[in-house]
Amino acid sequence: MGVEPGRLHFSWISSAESTKFVDVATKVIEEVRALGPAGQLAKTKAQVA
Amino acid sequence: MSDYTQKIRETAKKLLSEGKVDAVIGYREGTLPLMAEPCLVKDPEKVDQLVFNSFCGVNLANYLPKRKDRVAVVAKGCDSRNIALHIVENQVDRERLFVIGAPCTRMVDRRKVAAAVGGREISGVSEQDGKLTVSGPGYEQTVDKKDVLQDNCSICIHRNPVLADEMLGEKLPEQEADRYADVREVEAMSPEERFAHFKDLFSECIRCYACRNACPLCYCPTCFVDESKPQWVGKSIDPTDTMTFHFLRAFHCAGRCTDCGACERACPVGIKVRQLTRKLEKDCLGLFDWEAGMNPDVRPPLDTWRPEDPEEFIK
Ligand code: SF4
Ligand code: SF4
Repeated sequence: MGVEPGRLHFSWISSAESTKFVDVATKVIEEVRALGPAGQLAKTKAQVA
Repeated sequence: MSDYTQKIRETAKKLLSEGKVDAVIGYREGTLPLMAEPCLVKDPEKVDQLVFNSFCGVNLANYLPKRKDRVAVVAKGCDSRNIALHIVENQVDRERLFVIGAPCTRMVDRRKVAAAVGGREISGVSEQDGKLTVSGPGYEQTVDKKDVLQDNCSICIHRNPVLADEMLGEKLPEQEADRYADVREVEAMSPEERFAHFKDLFSECIRCYACRNACPLCYCPTCFVDESKPQWVGKSIDPTDTMTFHFLRAFHCAGRCTDCGACERACPVGIKVRQLTRKLEKDCLGLFDWEAGMNPDVRPPLDTWRPEDPEEFIK
């Protein structure tokens, strides 16, 4: 539907895999930061009010 | 009068007078030409209003959930698949249902007929041997039925009912069709183009929810769009709200949609709602080898888990 690749991530992480969790979370944050704020399917506060 | 019409009336009369069912759900002529309408008959003396023609596109499976009585229902190929889904999803009790199966002769899109006669007023229509004779003030015109089929019917590959207690005729030959040509075009777009495409596709939507209401899958007691505490999606025709509605509704239909065409048929604006549901249908076929409603004993892929389910998207 046109959501940018890199904005949505899926992963299996067991509760025992704390290091994997950290790695994945860091990577997700980096990639999504690089994309910038979501412009699609998002409304500004002014539009909602 | 078509063979099916005659047989539907006979079957309805028999079932009602023998007390096998409390009501028969079928079609009768609508108040306008090209518009057969759903009809519920309880009195065996009133079965003669029932008809079957090329304008019976309404999916009667939509009228089955939550019924407590015993009903008989006329079902084309797609309707029968929705009935199978209703059975799997515990929306109807097979024991209380009598399915009158109609190997489908394909349904006509009234908008295409209107366009074929140049938008002139239509006061009557008759059909014979694959031709429709359309008449109105000062004219009569013959149209090839195959040129005015509903989009979904022209690519339908399951016209024969998948379940029936009585069949109105012999099984009809199925066609081969490329069901996803337009979906592949959208898939080939870049994410930006695709977003723009959908934005444009739904730009005329007035949020009337006719598509949802006509859909046999949309039987939720309260639809997410109607919920106000919390309000999941804005109720305006802002593009974000409209697209959220359409995307979410499509996902609710994933692995369940039979492409009966009820949504597009109902839309007053003529929006191609099926583009979304057919993408999901294509994915379910490719990923899970699944076609919705083909078997009343198998649960759809999105409410089952198998170890061999594809999971390439999970890192
Ligand atoms: S989709 Fe198939 S079964 Fe359904 S109305 Fe069209 S031709 Fe008939
Ligand atoms: S029927 Fe058409 S206009 Fe109405 S909500 Fe559905 S897509 Fe929008």
